[in-house]
Amino acid sequence: MSSPVLDIRGLSISYQTDTGSLQALRDVNLVVEEGRIIGIVGESGCGKSTLISAIIRLLAPNAQIGQGAVNFKGGDLLGLSPEQMRSLRGDEISMVFQDPMTSLNPVLTIGRQMSDVQHRSTASRAEKRARSVMMLEQVGIPDPESQLQRYPHHLSGGMRQRVAIAMALMAEPSLLIADEPTTALDATLEVQIIHRLKELQREFGCSILFISHHLGVIAELCDEVVVMYAGEVVEAGSLRDVFMNPKHPYTQKLLECDPARIAQPTRELPVIEGSLPNLVNLPNGCIFRERCSNAVSRCGAERPLLSGDGHQAACHLPDTSP
Amino acid sequence: MTKPRGLVSHTFSNLKKDPLGMAGFVLVSIILLLTIFAPWLAPYDPLDVDVQNRLIGPSAAHWLGTDQLGRDILSRVLFGGQVALKVSLVAISVSMAVGLVLGMLAGLGPRWLDRILVILFDTVRSFPTIMFALAIVALTGPSLNTVIGVIIITSIPVYARVVRTQTRALRERDFILAERAMGASTGRILRDHVLPNIAAPLFILASMDVPAVVGMEAGLSFLGLGVSPPTPSWGSILNDGYSYLRNSPWPIIAGGIPLITVTLGFTFFGESLRDIFDPKLRGKDK
Repeated sequence: MSSPVLDIRGLSISYQTDTGSLQALRDVNLVVEEGRIIGIVGESGCGKSTLISAIIRLLAPNAQIGQGAVNFKGGDLLGLSPEQMRSLRGDEISMVFQDPMTSLNPVLTIGRQMSDVQHRSTASRAEKRARSVMMLEQVGIPDPESQLQRYPHHLSGGMRQRVAIAMALMAEPSLLIADEPTTALDATLEVQIIHRLKELQREFGCSILFISHHLGVIAELCDEVVVMYAGEVVEAGSLRDVFMNPKHPYTQKLLECDPARIAQPTRELPVIEGSLPNLVNLPNGCIFRERCSNAVSRCGAERPLLSGDGHQAACHLPDTSP
Repeated sequence: MTKPRGLVSHTFSNLKKDPLGMAGFVLVSIILLLTIFAPWLAPYDPLDVDVQNRLIGPSAAHWLGTDQLGRDILSRVLFGGQVALKVSLVAISVSMAVGLVLGMLAGLGPRWLDRILVILFDTVRSFPTIMFALAIVALTGPSLNTVIGVIIITSIPVYARVVRTQTRALRERDFILAERAMGASTGRILRDHVLPNIAAPLFILASMDVPAVVGMEAGLSFLGLGVSPPTPSWGSILNDGYSYLRNSPWPIIAGGIPLITVTLGFTFFGESLRDIFDPKLRGKDK
């Protein structure tokens, strides 16, 4: 097996709030192997955004890194100076954001922004321009030459997201972080972008950390899946294992709630009863216990740890999968 | 979708569709031309005294009449425009530049710096401008530089506040975060992303500010706090005329018209610029 590009070990992050310290991430482990696409699934507030902000070290000012390490190609990112970290961003690690309508500067042309992203390169203006055209072509934008003079508002949402992807891949990063890049797009575009992303990944050979709460997209794109709940990784494994044979009750319920998997027409879509636990005053034992229908007494006393080889789950219950 | 055009041609083609903006542009151009070429256009030396022909109405020799010392009012108005232009040019560019730097510092810098600067801006703005000017003049004596200094000090907070608010709003925007995530330094973000986004409101503010500054200079000169006689200024023309209003209305009329023209011209022009500079409207057929 090749060495991992990103190896997060035991990462804990808390936010200092007026009501106390909010434990946003607790003991998170995540490994991204070279050339793999890892999907992170979880509902809103489960710590996905905190996790990626921690990787690129752009956490909110009230965030505190408790413990853990974020190893990127062998070095711990948490130990780098801000200046060293900045030189990694946009070079080794790139990012695509959720909403393409707001992630491009509205008053600069596409060409200007694409040349701008290449600020580290010593190439001439014409070379940067040529590279921009080439990148736009690769993400499937028609007539890239003339798009360079346009402003973001001239382009549709799908086009803008393609531009954002082109900009992120410009430096040929080792790791591309995509934060729900298709959530703001409509369904047909979503498929197009996903396919293009997969092609580009093969071409550039980078690893992708793909965040989404859309299970269909994850199933389409990713090699491995990490399921997060309330700041913890509850299940991790290959796409096939997690989707076909979910071990954790949360993953099972999440899959049951996926509209694409509901066979019978129904007026009442399934929901997971209850809500996220209070992350300031954490409950004892399993974080999912309150919403779990199979909880036993042990679940209230002891926090389950991720266990298993390859396909891991953090649950005390014996394998309840169908 | 039309092809994106250059900024200048874009501005003009939009001005054509906006009669009020065009009127503003024409007025502003006329004032600027008349003022710049005042030394060649003025029929007389604005300081030439001719007591024989004092306070006469408009005639072929004196188009706008003469004042209480028989000086040609048209020449004085033209040269007075140079004072107004100089004051607004220097005062606005200096206060805009300083306001830009302070506003960005407050908007993007640490919180304690922001607090200190905001308190400073509010303190300066809480003084009534005229009282502030009186206090400064009492210390330094009346002169054009004092007027410029007072205007700069009182305008800096206006620009700085706009820049600060805009910078803070931009700071939260996704594309700034995206830039950071792509490794841009704070300097690069300020120069390449914040500045282009706040340039338009800043220039609109500046063009709207011209009448205010000209009015302030005229006001201070009217009160005798500005340029010292016999240098002509629109305010001092009004002041002279005011004392002799019963003898002739012409000095007041001649001193007032350019003030009104400047106010109308720059306001119309500024409002039209505001629409034009909005890039969302650029390249679209209205």
